[in-house]
Amino acid sequence: MSTGTNSTPLLLIEGLYKAYDRHLVLKNINLAVREHEVICLIGASGCGKSTLLRCINLLEEINAGAIYLGGEAITSGQVDADRIRQRIGLIFQSFNLFPHMSVLENITLAPVKALGISRREAETEARTLLERFGLEEKAGEYPDRLSGGQQQRVAIIRALALKPRVLLLDEVTSALDPEMVGEVLTIIAELKALGMTMLLATHQMGFAYQIADRVAFLDAGAIVEEGPAKRVLSQPEHPRTRQFLQQVLAASPLSPAATDDRALPVEFAGMAPFAERG
Amino acid sequence: MTAPTAPPSRELSPEQVQALLRRPPLWRQRELQRSVAIALLSTLVVFGVLGYVISRSTGWRDVQRAFLSPSDFVASFPMVWDGFLLNVRIFLIAEPVILALGLLLAVVRSTRSPVLFPARAAAVVYVDIFRGAPALLVILTLGFGMPALRIEGLPNSAIFWGTMAIILSSSAYQAETFRAGIESVHASQRAAARSLGLSNTQAMRYVVLPQAIRRVIPPTLSGFVGLQKETALVSVIGPLEATRQAQIYAGMTFNFTSYVVAGVLFIAITIPLARLTDYLLQRTAQRREIGGAV
Ligand SMILES: Nc1ncnc2c1ncn2[C@@H]1O[C@H](COP(=O)(O)OP(=O)(O)O)[C@@H](O)[C@H]1O
Ligand SMILES: [Mg+2]
Repeated sequence: MSTGTNSTPLLLIEGLYKAYDRHLVLKNINLAVREHEVICLIGASGCGKSTLLRCINLLEEINAGAIYLGGEAITSGQVDADRIRQRIGLIFQSFNLFPHMSVLENITLAPVKALGISRREAETEARTLLERFGLEEKAGEYPDRLSGGQQQRVAIIRALALKPRVLLLDEVTSALDPEMVGEVLTIIAELKALGMTMLLATHQMGFAYQIADRVAFLDAGAIVEEGPAKRVLSQPEHPRTRQFLQQVLAASPLSPAATDDRALPVEFAGMAPFAERG
Repeated sequence: MTAPTAPPSRELSPEQVQALLRRPPLWRQRELQRSVAIALLSTLVVFGVLGYVISRSTGWRDVQRAFLSPSDFVASFPMVWDGFLLNVRIFLIAEPVILALGLLLAVVRSTRSPVLFPARAAAVVYVDIFRGAPALLVILTLGFGMPALRIEGLPNSAIFWGTMAIILSSSAYQAETFRAGIESVHASQRAAARSLGLSNTQAMRYVVLPQAIRRVIPPTLSGFVGLQKETALVSVIGPLEATRQAQIYAGMTFNFTSYVVAGVLFIAITIPLARLTDYLLQRTAQRREIGGAV
């Protein structure tokens, strides 16, 4: 999985600017994600988290700056964007499974069509992944027969099937009913334990507190504070971060500032072992 | 104060529950009986009044003789049927070409690449022209115009040019139907496909088109019905299809029952298509309801 040493980040974003028409959405974003690292992007709705993830996945063109994956400049315009996207998994808030395909077909489509793996091999690998995450019985189901939590887990598996070097997760639990949040967070925690490099936008502060190595706080398109997760979430330095966290934590009774696991939202109480391993 | 007595248990036995589930609820049964009665009564009244008014009109006997003569029905049937087979043949040849051409035009119009700009522009012009021009005009122009050009190697047959004209005008419509289907597939589906490293073409082919085509099946079947009728227009440039044959029979006998024969044949072939369309639409609606509830 690894090419660069630990000193060169796996994903490097330098001076990124992104505008829609005349509206500047991302301003001078600088961020380094090292291999096996998990970074949470937090910030109010509309601050640019989704846009940043879409830029990294080359779904949006950037206006200035550069993004490097494993040392290769992927925004130079000379790269094959499809090949880059195969190595960067993106998981959406709204799952976006293909409704006309079974779970197995959803997972094998890209490995077969984009990577050129044989169908049989792709199916074997897909079944292994499904089994690994407890969904082997759903292989033949169509997405509309699955719960939201199951759909999102399939979406994660679909991205994993390409063996990406980094996973981008965009508020993957925001569209879920509360009782399904836990099962999705559990998968993410398992991936961290397996050493997956991840950049995730989230509103789940407790989860960020537990899983993230570092947290970046985005405000109006700029990263105003970035640092070790526990430090940023419990002792934010920037006034905007402090204000944001106060608002978010006022809405949720559980404080990430507390250091014991009892303070974590109930839904991932059961996954503490994964985080400890990681 | 007396202890409140517990209400008697009203729980149904498993057998009773099963029996309930087998039968629609009582109010539903009553409602059903009532609707059937009302439907029957209103049908009787409407057709009774209609029948009475028509049969009392002074011209009814003449109309009956001219349009509904059993002997003329039998006599004209073979030649009208012969012609009708030509309508069916034109339909069977034209429809697959229309579907393929319509899909191609729609896909071309949905591309974004600057390289394909000329193709996109051509598709727009094509659709604008042939959707705007009356089919009859296209048939007349091609049917009389093309043979008159006397271009070496081009067929002269009126059936050929009539079919071509029908393909041109219907494929423009079909292209718009497909395009509406493509646009109706949410952008996030394409984004998901691209994020998995599929190329634009692959995203279109494996993710967008299958969903788009499924969604436009009902309007496309409607188009089949329209096309089957449109084949009758070809008669203006000569081919002996059903309406033309009916016209010939009427010209010889001064009896118009042959037109009724042609009408019956056209209606008979389109009814199954219409019911299939209804069925598919209903199924989509139900799916959507279920999907919304989940
Ligand atoms: N396709 C788009 N066109 C124009 N503006 C957009 C588009 N997508 C997002 N924006 C704007 O960019 C800003 C950041 O949006 P987004 O990245 O979705 O924020 P977040 O994910 O943090 O809620 C918002 O002001 C939003 O209105
Ligand atoms: Mg967002």
